[in-house]
Amino acid sequence: MNNLLTISGSPHIHTTDSVRKIMYSVIFAMIPAMLVSVYFFGLDAVRIIGVSVVACVAVEYLIQKYLLKGDVTINDGSAVITGVLLAFNVPANLPTWIIIIGAIFAIAIAKMAFGGLGKNPFNPALVGRVFLLISFPAQMTTWPIPKPLFAKSVTDALTGATPLGLLKDGHLANKTIDQIMSDPAMPDYIQQLVGFQTGSLGEMSAIALLIGAAYMFYKKVITWHIPVSYLLTALLFAAIFWLIDPTYYADPLFHLITGGMILGVFYMATDMVTSPMSAKGQIIFGIGCGLLTMIIRFWGSYPEGVSFAILIMNAFTPLINKSFKPKRFGV
Amino acid sequence: MDNIILNAVIALSGIGVTAAVVLYFVAQKFKVIEDPRIDVVEAILPGANCGGCGFAGCRAFAEAIVAAGNLDNLNCPVGGNTAMAEIAKVLGLEAEEKEPLIAVLRCNGSLTNAKPKVKYDGPLTCAFAHNLYSGESGCPFGCLGLGDCVDSCKFDALYMDKATGLPVVIQDNCVACNACVKACPRGIFELRPKGKKDRRIYVGCINEEKGAPAKKNCEVACIGCGKCVKECQFDAITLINNLAYIDPYKCKLCRKCALVCPTNSIHELNFPPRKEKLVEKVDAPTEPAPVATEG
Amino acid sequence: MILKTFKLGGVHPPENKVSAGAAIQHLPLPDKLFVPLSQHLGTPAKAIVNRGDDVKTGQLIAKSVGFISANIHSPATGKVAKIDQIIDQTGYKRTAVFIDTQEDVWEEGIDTSPDIERTIKLSKEEIIQRINDMGVVGMGGATFPTHIKMMIPEGKQIQYLIINGVECEPYLTSDHILMMEKGEEILIGTSILMKALGVDKAMVGIEANKPDAIAHLTKLTEKFQGITVHALKVKYPQGGEKQLIKALTGREVPSGKLPLETGCVVDNVGTAYAVYEAVQKNKPLIQRVVTVTGNAARKHANFLVRVGTPIEYLIEHAGGMPADLGKLISGGPMMGKALVSPEAPITKGSSGLLLMPETEAKRAPIKNCIRCARCISACPMGLEPFLLAQLVPLDKWDDAEANRIMDCIECGSCHYICPSGRPLLDFIRLGKDKVGKIIRTRVKQ
Repeated sequence: MNNLLTISGSPHIHTTDSVRKIMYSVIFAMIPAMLVSVYFFGLDAVRIIGVSVVACVAVEYLIQKYLLKGDVTINDGSAVITGVLLAFNVPANLPTWIIIIGAIFAIAIAKMAFGGLGKNPFNPALVGRVFLLISFPAQMTTWPIPKPLFAKSVTDALTGATPLGLLKDGHLANKTIDQIMSDPAMPDYIQQLVGFQTGSLGEMSAIALLIGAAYMFYKKVITWHIPVSYLLTALLFAAIFWLIDPTYYADPLFHLITGGMILGVFYMATDMVTSPMSAKGQIIFGIGCGLLTMIIRFWGSYPEGVSFAILIMNAFTPLINKSFKPKRFGV
Repeated sequence: MDNIILNAVIALSGIGVTAAVVLYFVAQKFKVIEDPRIDVVEAILPGANCGGCGFAGCRAFAEAIVAAGNLDNLNCPVGGNTAMAEIAKVLGLEAEEKEPLIAVLRCNGSLTNAKPKVKYDGPLTCAFAHNLYSGESGCPFGCLGLGDCVDSCKFDALYMDKATGLPVVIQDNCVACNACVKACPRGIFELRPKGKKDRRIYVGCINEEKGAPAKKNCEVACIGCGKCVKECQFDAITLINNLAYIDPYKCKLCRKCALVCPTNSIHELNFPPRKEKLVEKVDAPTEPAPVATEG
Repeated sequence: MILKTFKLGGVHPPENKVSAGAAIQHLPLPDKLFVPLSQHLGTPAKAIVNRGDDVKTGQLIAKSVGFISANIHSPATGKVAKIDQIIDQTGYKRTAVFIDTQEDVWEEGIDTSPDIERTIKLSKEEIIQRINDMGVVGMGGATFPTHIKMMIPEGKQIQYLIINGVECEPYLTSDHILMMEKGEEILIGTSILMKALGVDKAMVGIEANKPDAIAHLTKLTEKFQGITVHALKVKYPQGGEKQLIKALTGREVPSGKLPLETGCVVDNVGTAYAVYEAVQKNKPLIQRVVTVTGNAARKHANFLVRVGTPIEYLIEHAGGMPADLGKLISGGPMMGKALVSPEAPITKGSSGLLLMPETEAKRAPIKNCIRCARCISACPMGLEPFLLAQLVPLDKWDDAEANRIMDCIECGSCHYICPSGRPLLDFIRLGKDKVGKIIRTRVKQ
């Protein structure tokens, strides 16, 4: 025995899982959606994702190294996730300087100002996105028409509205739901599932997002509680109103596969840091997110409500954590 | 349009007046009549809320003084004699002159004197390590070196010396608030009188083991040999449980005990260097072991 | 087949039962034994021998003091060298009887023959008295004196005796090999305990990763009335008293209450064997099976050793002290205690020795909590370890108590599962210590 024995409290063995592995699993899960966005938007998608990720990591590095003068933890991958999610939430034609501002805001204000990883009350990517949406409404709501690689341009139009935007505009123009849905710019459900629709980078293809989500389930990075309660609530809420007035409200399936629903449900509402901890709390959180999303979509002035809904529920997370304790043994 | 403005003004004024009336009556109903002297006493106190007096804060202490009507057993160590005298004057009481105290670390089990035999790998809090095991050196009484005392000190009077692994008291900052004494799970700190010209003599060890096992873990442990007890002409030193203790109120600071201590566990602070003659006369160890310095 | 298990929480660390195949090996007596007077939960026993006394194997050398305490017998024949302090497994110095051993001569009246004694002759009261006399304590690790468990307070009805053969700790195999080699004795011991408790049903719970032990004991139970063997899902902490009761009977021990409340008494298989030896053979508890294993161990073995044997003696017989030993653990890797020195002696509660190489000894650096909630889903008591570990450094003892810090069974699942490597259990232990003191002073007032 040449070395000193180590003394520590039990347990003496530890899982091989680490924060880094969890974060890299999430990044890996986002790859299909990234590939889809590159397929539809080409170099623009590469530019947005690249700039966003580099900016997020750089801001975190600079703050940790020069402002906090502490350990630099950029290799844990959390800043990369924020970067990718931020990129997923903006249109592909966004000017580079705007995405950099968004990244700075997301990391510096929404994350590091609260103490860094694990201490931010709001999802940094969503904060960045909402900040940009409010600051640059024009740029943030002008979506380019997807131009698939190797495919001839179908239409000459360069920009267009998202399906949800079309729905909102239609309502404002007092059109019935059938009229709105028969708009030539409105993609059908199959197109929406695969990704032939107008929208932010990451919301293109529901299928690509679901593949990634399945991987996260497999890796046990996310649990079923939030996604299932969120989706069921949104579906149920949409279904009730659709049944009441099918001429005004779009059907629940439309709400499910369009917009940022899938992205928000599986990738942003499930963010470990900003969602409740107990199973019960997570279900309450999901229900709240689902209700708020649909309320904003139906009666809000914005066509899309996922970001706002999740951010609002993020604010309730500490309260939910306090009120909904896990099931105790022997009580 | 005018109507809207008028309605708003009337409504708001109405709410304001109602709220004012309610507030007035509530304030009357829940009025607390306090002795105005409490505020005066509190103003004299240092306001550190350190708890050194044994109360929750300066306000609680001020309330206690005014309620007690005398100053027996009530003392603010931070404000010291000046603050207590001033309080006494305000309240028309007598304040007893108290000798100022200072925290003293009764352990010299530095990394060289008490060599680590195991490595600790856990949260850096002495309270937990104390529950877990006896300490890196094996001494079950000695300093664990994880700095609960430093964390407890509100006056920047303690810091951790990286070289020795022991906390060091900064004499000028220490106000004897007792926080470190309470924070140390092993009770190593003691509040002792500052002494004339800040000179102090104390046993830097609280190990109650017998000589051999104590010495096995630490070179400068008190081994309970009793030489100092015999040497002391003022009956200031007692030996209980293999451990010598110097009563600071009896000690005349003659320093003879320190010379006879075979393990150099008696510390003398802020004394001028010894005359060589004296050192030769008493068979002192040639090389005194390093003693914790105080800034 | 659906395996029985507990519902809340739990983790599944790699099992690593390397020493499972190794037969029980009798170790020769060492020259010196150090028999600590505190080998059980409760008040240390009081030595009744003096320096220079001759003692025989099995002779009473320390008497129990107070209600929760246990007798200690001499594990060998020899001379009492001295009664002095020794560093025991806690890392602190405790009083022990030092014995210089000679050739083994057992105390009279102890049956050392290998024959199995099947008929239970003693009455209920005599059994409990015998268990008390022979210093039998819980062999699973908690070392609670067994005779106290047998004394059921007035008005309480016990329906089940549960025998814990789960051994959910990774690495350890001492209970497993005991079940394989002393199966019948364990079942006789179980019948004795059933008689003492006045119950007609006993359940033996064994984790499904020991199919040979399940098959062996199931076959043996054909000859015994009322004893059934149950396979349990491999999940840590399946062998926790509360979790085992939940798995086998579906009953939950109420928070802050004893298992007695559910009408169950749980004893380890090792205890059942010790009870058999004490009651049928009149043999005091002076030896036990200890697993020596771990990735640094040269040989993986199950030793039958006398209590008081220095741990380094066991390691020498398992191929010697490894050069890269980084951590020496008494017990399993989840709940075992890291030892300060290999000179510490084996006690009645030592189920295994785990030798970890230096590469495994160091903990991962602590990162920020990412609120992943894995500690919550891993906690078998339904607590929020992350929250408790946050409250403790802030000295928020009231909050910690309200969040049931005292319910923690210290299984270590939370710290095991934490991806940020946060020492959750360390802080919870500290908090339990503080809150426990606060509660005790409150009760006194």
